[in-house]
Amino acid sequence: MTNKTAPSRRKFLKTALAGAGAAATVPLAAKADEYITPSMTTPGKAFTPYGMPSGHEEVKRLLRPPGISPGTGGSLSPIESLEGMITPSGLHFERHHNGVPDIDIKAHKFLIHGLVDKPLEFSIAALDRYPRISRMHFVECGGNSGANAGSPTPPQLTAGGIHGLISCSEWTGVKLGMLLDEAGVKPDGKWILAESADAAGMSRSVPLKEAHEQGILALYQNGERLRPEQGYPLRLLMPGWEGNLNVKWLHRIKVTASPTMTKDETSKYTQSLKDGKANQFNFIQPPKSIITRPSGMMTMNGPGYYEISGITWSGHGKIAKVEISFDNGSTWTEAEMPGPVFPQCVTRFRMPWEWDGKAVVVQSRATDEKGNVQPTRAVWKDRVSSVQFYQYNAIQAWQIGADNTVKNIYV
Amino acid sequence: MFKTIAFLLAATTPHFGAPADPNLVKAWDRSIPPDGTGLPPGKGSVSEGLAIYTEKCVMCHGVNGVGKPADQLTGGVGSLATANPVKTVSSFWPYATTLFDYIRRAMPVTSPHSLSDHEAYALTAYILSIDGIVKKDAVLDAKSLPKVKMPNRDGFIDAYGATKR
Repeated sequence: MTNKTAPSRRKFLKTALAGAGAAATVPLAAKADEYITPSMTTPGKAFTPYGMPSGHEEVKRLLRPPGISPGTGGSLSPIESLEGMITPSGLHFERHHNGVPDIDIKAHKFLIHGLVDKPLEFSIAALDRYPRISRMHFVECGGNSGANAGSPTPPQLTAGGIHGLISCSEWTGVKLGMLLDEAGVKPDGKWILAESADAAGMSRSVPLKEAHEQGILALYQNGERLRPEQGYPLRLLMPGWEGNLNVKWLHRIKVTASPTMTKDETSKYTQSLKDGKANQFNFIQPPKSIITRPSGMMTMNGPGYYEISGITWSGHGKIAKVEISFDNGSTWTEAEMPGPVFPQCVTRFRMPWEWDGKAVVVQSRATDEKGNVQPTRAVWKDRVSSVQFYQYNAIQAWQIGADNTVKNIYV
Repeated sequence: MFKTIAFLLAATTPHFGAPADPNLVKAWDRSIPPDGTGLPPGKGSVSEGLAIYTEKCVMCHGVNGVGKPADQLTGGVGSLATANPVKTVSSFWPYATTLFDYIRRAMPVTSPHSLSDHEAYALTAYILSIDGIVKKDAVLDAKSLPKVKMPNRDGFIDAYGATKR
């Protein structure tokens, strides 16, 4: 199967045609040279200080039309073109509320204050001296997959176009609990407010207990300093929690007695229900799985062998199993998860498949170690208001046609 | 013995934090919770707010806050339990303090932190007056703002249960 949007196939065809033309004019006797490619006969390029993908690759984030300012909105990770479990840092999805700030790491300050014995400030150089931990965790936007929640007809997009607000990295930083202990949280301190130094003043409240136990002040992403789009030079990481809570460009934590009730934990990122009420503090991202090969907008190569492959994750812990159905959800077969399987981390699943070339619906269903299972779309929609789209985690179904098309469908 | 020392070092912080500069804390600590703690001096009226809104906000939020291209601010009160819920500041936001806080930290989108506290009070008063949440002659300040009762004040459920600890 091929990805329609990828250029490699076009390029291959062009090259093949050029080759055919050349072959017609070159005498048969000279054929042996054709097998000696330019890469074998010409010295390669010199060293570079920072490596980039091959010029033959055009894998890109999908940019959504900007909102009210050029940096308001998001870009989606092209999950259909990626492999393994780690997202390359330059392809990590983006969701900003007023652009990517340009922050000088030498000037950046991080403040802990509020209900503490000793209000403290830290330079990044000071934070760099603390003991570090490294963890592999996903970050998923609370609005990921919202296109399937909101659109009455299935949007015909790539897997990344629908579900690309998910990425997974190795994050390295300092345990937030250590710094909270250093400041000395007072007995009435029950929440923290984490605030960004960006032009949106993005801020969210997190319960102190979980912030202390699970929070990581991330300084590094996939071995290098955080990318600007991911919060350089400092981001709060709450593993498995809604992306918006993983506050980027972090410059302040205030210990409070109760939640501050910021814009993004009241007017946004709450879950509207049918009776008009709204669930607030939906912190943890529910389990999800997406088959990325084959997936929307791809073209099958006709009957024969395929490896079905995809990504799965849950904010509640490890993924216990992913099952695949080829018969509209009547029967399910467990896929392989060759590993590693980490908690709050993207896991790759795979299943060998012999396609007979007939129309078929392929679905995947994840179950996490706490027993949470992906619902059908109908079950998910029934729980919430018609305008609700946050934390949509219903089963994704791809309809593969006898004409080799792969389409997004609702089942 | 070495093992013991290593364990103790791992469990405690090396203490590299510096005492926070009180001026830095004062400058950054602008978040306003529902009880209004931290609200600055100053005040603003509905009519002052309309003038500022007309100059700095209407191009994105529309006349009377009807929205487009930016978020709809007004209308939709009473619509949340219907088949077509309209979520706006008026219909959905539970606290008026959040509106003041957000205006002051993030608006206008092209020049955040450019509004004075006075202007932020006035804009809050004007926006809340459009659907009658405050009266047309209202003046908001540190005392009156936290007392404003939003229509959807009791519309939220703590799904995680952390507020009761």
